Amino acid sequence: MLAALVGFLGDFDLAEEAAQEAFAIAAERWPREGAPANPGAWLVATARNRAVDHIRRRRTLAVKTKLLEVAEAVEDEIPQDTFRDERLELIFTCCHPALSLDAQVALTLRALGGLQTSEIARAFLVPEPTMAQRLVRAKRKIRRAGIPFRIPPAHLLPDRLTAVLAVVYLIFNEGCDGRRELLGAQAIRLGVSLAELMPDEPEVFGLLALMLLHDSRRAARLRDGELVLLADQDRSLWDRAQIRAGNEALERALALRGEGPYVLQAAIASLHAQDSSDWPQIASLYAELLRMTGSPVVALNGAVARAEAEGPEAGLAAIERLELEDYHYLHATRADFLRRLGRSDEARIAYARALELVRSEPERRFLQRRLAAL
Amino acid sequence: MNYMLQIYSGDGVSSWESLSEEEQNAVMAEYGAIFQTPGVTGGAQLQDATTATTVRVQDGRTLTTDGPFPETKEALGGYYLLEADDLDTAIELAARIPAARMGGAIEVRPLVER
Repeated sequence: MLAALVGFLGDFDLAEEAAQEAFAIAAERWPREGAPANPGAWLVATARNRAVDHIRRRRTLAVKTKLLEVAEAVEDEIPQDTFRDERLELIFTCCHPALSLDAQVALTLRALGGLQTSEIARAFLVPEPTMAQRLVRAKRKIRRAGIPFRIPPAHLLPDRLTAVLAVVYLIFNEGCDGRRELLGAQAIRLGVSLAELMPDEPEVFGLLALMLLHDSRRAARLRDGELVLLADQDRSLWDRAQIRAGNEALERALALRGEGPYVLQAAIASLHAQDSSDWPQIASLYAELLRMTGSPVVALNGAVARAEAEGPEAGLAAIERLELEDYHYLHATRADFLRRLGRSDEARIAYARALELVRSEPERRFLQRRLAAL
Repeated sequence: MNYMLQIYSGDGVSSWESLSEEEQNAVMAEYGAIFQTPGVTGGAQLQDATTATTVRVQDGRTLTTDGPFPETKEALGGYYLLEADDLDTAIELAARIPAARMGGAIEVRPLVER
């Protein structure tokens, strides 16, 4: 609904205000008179009429007749029954690279996820006035700098789609924190919408598959607040329906000849969701992903897969010289390889370094248990 | 919408002087072509920042100092004025300005419409 209004009005604030008024009118009228046949269209039409009233009032105060005619012309264009789905235009506007990443994330959750400013503030652990200010500034920039409300033309689309997917994936990863499941669910909902709206983009399906598959193991990842490694997880807690949905999305991505980074990560997640992980296959997918991204984090994950496929010696060799000195997973992984090789003294030093860097409490306790068991 | 595309040259002088005369001519031709692009309504190249004079008025007295305001390494070297439908059009034009790929940067600012 908000997408249709922003598309029509070209103004976030006006659209939000009008939507709220329409809901208020509905809350008052529907119980009394019964709901209309098409409640969605009724709400959009009512909100649009309200907004046009506002524009007209504002303009009467400002300039007078000439602009009034514009407002009337606008009202004539309002279709009476159906409204075009403009969510895609809205998400491309929210994720425009001329906005800061923080603002892109907040706007997307506000405009497409329908979250309240207070909920977004809580999810990102910032005070509500800070988040409100961030949203105000972003909306002002959209208006004043002329950020367009449209699906980008073909020559811009690949870059812009990458930006949209990055925002959704960032929201998802924030949600993986456990205390913020709201964000994980929001990201998956956004992914489902994107797949509906862009049914021919393999990376859209790759990201959706990745999120569904990763999230399907959520219930098994913690036991009594303690971290459980993939190999030790209770597989009856995995969400089978969600794994199926994730695999279907992955198949769609592969049918579209997808071979981008999200499709590769989804393929890896799909192998992990099988009853026994195919480590050699996983290691080769990571090698491909590393060629594509050059990311040291990908190299680290690939080393874990190689250690499973070929033994800890190979894994250890693969993480030498990785520039991730401040990343606790590097030291935790190194410690684990050394432990399995029986090099306990070196493993202790690596665990200690990982413990200095780790922030999540369940992970800290997990590392402490491993260190104590040496 | 109207935009000002402000051209900051970075350490422009040295990278400019490292170009051959032929390359310099090619870059100048690019600037000329951008000036001829539909929607570009004005623009100018500025003399370098060492020629700048900064003027303030305090207690009714005019104070002049030698040099640009503010004193930064990246100096404003010129600008274009552009009339365009939206920011995407302005960004695309900005990306064509040679300074953007020669260590400088283009700041795109919308003008206040009256």
